[in-house]
Amino acid sequence: MLTAVLLSMALLCGSGVAAACASRSSRLALAIGSAGSIISSVAGGAAALIALLRGESIQLRAGWAIPVGELHVALDALSAFFLVCVFLVSALATLYGSGYLKAYIGKRRLAPAVAFFNLLVCAMAALVIARDGILFLISWEVMSLASFFLVTFESEREDVRRAGMTYLIASHLGTAFIFLMFALLSRSSGAYDFNAFSSAQLPAGMANLCFMLAVVGFGSKAGFWPMHIWLPDAHPAAPSHVSALMSGVMIKMGIYGLLRALTFMGSPPAWWGTVLVAIGVISGVAGVLHALAQHDLKRLLAYHSIENIGIIALGIGVGLLGQSNGDRSIAFLGYTGALLHVLNHGLFKGLLFKGAGTVSHATGTRDIERMGGLYRSMPTTAMTFLVGSVAICGLPPLNGFVSEWLIYVGAFQGAASLPTAWAVSALIAIPALALIGGLASACFVKAFGVVFLGQPRAETVSSAQEAGKAMRVAMILGALLCVLIGVWPGGAVGLTAPAAVSLARIQAAPSDAIGPLVAITRVATCLVILVAALALLRLALLRGRKVAQAVTWGCAYSAPTPRMQYTAGSFAEPLLAPFARVIHAQVHRIDPAGFFPTKARFEEHLGDPAGERFLIPATRRVVQALAQLRVIQQGRLQLYLVYIAITLVVLLIWQIIEAGR
Amino acid sequence: MKALDIALHLVFLFGMPPLLLGVIHKTKAWFAGRSGPPLFQPYLDIWKLLGKGAVYSRTTTWVFRAGPIVSLATVMCAGLILPLISSASPLGFAGDVIAFAYLLALGRFFIMAAALDTGSSFEGMGASREAAFSAFAEPALFLSLAIICIPAGTGTFAAAFNALPWATWGVSHPTYIAAALALFAVLLAENSRIPIDDPNTHLELTMIHEVMVLDHGGPDLAFVLYGSAVKLFITSALLVHILLPVPPAGGWTGAVVLGGGLVGLAVLVGVVESAMARLRLPRVPQFLVGASVLAGIGVAAIFYRGAP
Repeated sequence: MLTAVLLSMALLCGSGVAAACASRSSRLALAIGSAGSIISSVAGGAAALIALLRGESIQLRAGWAIPVGELHVALDALSAFFLVCVFLVSALATLYGSGYLKAYIGKRRLAPAVAFFNLLVCAMAALVIARDGILFLISWEVMSLASFFLVTFESEREDVRRAGMTYLIASHLGTAFIFLMFALLSRSSGAYDFNAFSSAQLPAGMANLCFMLAVVGFGSKAGFWPMHIWLPDAHPAAPSHVSALMSGVMIKMGIYGLLRALTFMGSPPAWWGTVLVAIGVISGVAGVLHALAQHDLKRLLAYHSIENIGIIALGIGVGLLGQSNGDRSIAFLGYTGALLHVLNHGLFKGLLFKGAGTVSHATGTRDIERMGGLYRSMPTTAMTFLVGSVAICGLPPLNGFVSEWLIYVGAFQGAASLPTAWAVSALIAIPALALIGGLASACFVKAFGVVFLGQPRAETVSSAQEAGKAMRVAMILGALLCVLIGVWPGGAVGLTAPAAVSLARIQAAPSDAIGPLVAITRVATCLVILVAALALLRLALLRGRKVAQAVTWGCAYSAPTPRMQYTAGSFAEPLLAPFARVIHAQVHRIDPAGFFPTKARFEEHLGDPAGERFLIPATRRVVQALAQLRVIQQGRLQLYLVYIAITLVVLLIWQIIEAGR
Repeated sequence: MKALDIALHLVFLFGMPPLLLGVIHKTKAWFAGRSGPPLFQPYLDIWKLLGKGAVYSRTTTWVFRAGPIVSLATVMCAGLILPLISSASPLGFAGDVIAFAYLLALGRFFIMAAALDTGSSFEGMGASREAAFSAFAEPALFLSLAIICIPAGTGTFAAAFNALPWATWGVSHPTYIAAALALFAVLLAENSRIPIDDPNTHLELTMIHEVMVLDHGGPDLAFVLYGSAVKLFITSALLVHILLPVPPAGGWTGAVVLGGGLVGLAVLVGVVESAMARLRLPRVPQFLVGASVLAGIGVAAIFYRGAP
């Protein structure tokens, strides 16, 4: 099956190159690239799925040495699971993109966007099968660069270029930490091979250092708070199918990296779990609060990625707490919940970004305060967006509930049975998940309600049109998968269980952990039956009776206008008021005054304290400190020649001393 | 579960909820020195509404029509998960407390979406407040659930109720008092009772739950009314299980204990409504955060005492 995966990666690259060659005709490039990407994603995904279900573990070493490293790839449960996620999300995103990009034909050259998209998918696939540090880093770098070029698709716009630069810098800062981690690991094990990493016995101090480097390095890609600041800029800047891919799977490569790195570090101490729970709580709550404050639909979704990465971190944290305390059940529940949330988030966030893309394309704006009533003009998009919204809030009977349920159950067991210090860590996950869930519900009621329900708030919205066929099919497929995992969690956990078992280093999935999943199917079935029965009852009751249409009850006011509807800002206000400091909102307002107010104004600017109060001042300090070094940079050639001479002399003297010893 | 227990469970779940509303109304009437509506008036109200036609706003879509249906279905489903007259339930499973809480959240999601579907600023305001207060209530609910679940070792109602130490309740386990008080606060918030919301108010600007359903009428309003009664019933039943020793075996004793406990709790809610004024809206989050802190102290007490 590894061969099949490699072949589909070759097809991805090949179709990408072919699309780039066909740059004269955007239509042709789009057709070639999309066809290649869909075929290879389906084939590669199927191959990975078969390997995962069969429990295959294959290695392939090519005799071809890349400098320092080796071309060593392998497919195990963890790799196969992430491959399934990558190919599944990319197939849906490509299908959507093949329709979405059509609007740009004739306005812009599409070949680069198509080629870089395929390259990005290929790099992610290479990343998860790489078993050599250097190969891993090369794939990582290709992934970062390809996504940079996709983010800057509309490079003539100032804000897009800015977002791209922030992304590029953040991504390379993160890579520096990963480099350091690999360098330390290879120093301890003597090679860059992953097998050597796992068999090397790291001293505790070194393992702790590597863990922290991995958290910072991979966390900056994943979007852990406060390394997330690139994310809310980059996701909205990219075309929507790219946002779906980036948010759906690319940031999960950070999670994959972290999980893979954990396998190199021997048995983890319990405080690692506490660290990840803390990161999860902060990322989750901060992410959802910022999301609640946003009026830009795609920015709102981008902040929700941070929230969901927080939930995944909570799951890994609970898993680590269980593993380090030797509790198989808690370890399994935490890891499998985190992994399933990776897949689930890829599905529903991909779906939501596609919906957001359709909406912003149809209305020409991303500002939800100017939308409303879009349900009537775009019912399919609205329905699938509703499914995605319910799923991302973790509500039954959809997929988000299943993964959050697994993490909850792990946390409850951890709070009950671990030693006190670690039990408290697990316990904190419970109210945090509850608060995140409550806030996420508020946020998505707001997003869905203000965008699709009510009346159009602007003229442009009234003329909005439904998405094309390919885009609709992609969204419907995504929604169906969300429902499928939600009502059949046993099947979905079958995909994550092998990887979770290997991460937790146990023999098999504990039966008490996966047994109750059948009950979730039962509850979901019961809920569907109840809804259907009540809907039929309502129909039967209303049959033959008078059902009239009227205007919305305006409390006796008979001439309401769409502008009188509740706005997204007002909706979120009661929730955000207590957290005003966290979201850093600055309000400029002129209140209406007097009997005949002439002027009133309300303007709100949202900041991100992680960047403004923490990262930017810190960076400025570093830059100021480094500015001292400018003394040696005078711009005169003679001086530089002197430097070279001094360096040579010093090296010579050093060599002589070394030889003398 | 035995057939009798299942039958009693269903009879209680589907039959009793409106009675609790009647008891609350009677209690309030007694405090006000009125004779009040008959005890069974809520049943008659629901029956009357089921017999009517409906008027829909032209702005609305199917989401508006789905709101009452989904919210009623979710509370019914949650009622099938929660043990009522015994410590078992028809749909209970290991880890069911989470499903219980999230089903309630699903119903709320659809009621709020239905409110926004009308495009009315009043209903938007109600939905916004409901979203805010329920989000603040959520940690209190889960911390209280953690207090009763930690001694059982799992997030499961049946195990948690079986692990309740009746002989020494309140003396050696003050944590349960914290859980009960926090859950009572959650109960008042979830069911829009005073001091969070006033179900009797008729000023749209001050309402929360009632204003969200301004546009519903006929069978839809009947579903909403019945659904909120069921929600009051199940949240009260959860509290009764912590406060009173409902026999794990169930049967008629269980039915009597649960029924008596529920009526007692409804009287208590009526007393609170008669004796207290509604909180100013900005105060409500403080009230709910207070409940979370109380439950948090309860959890801390568990760890302070060591393994329960």
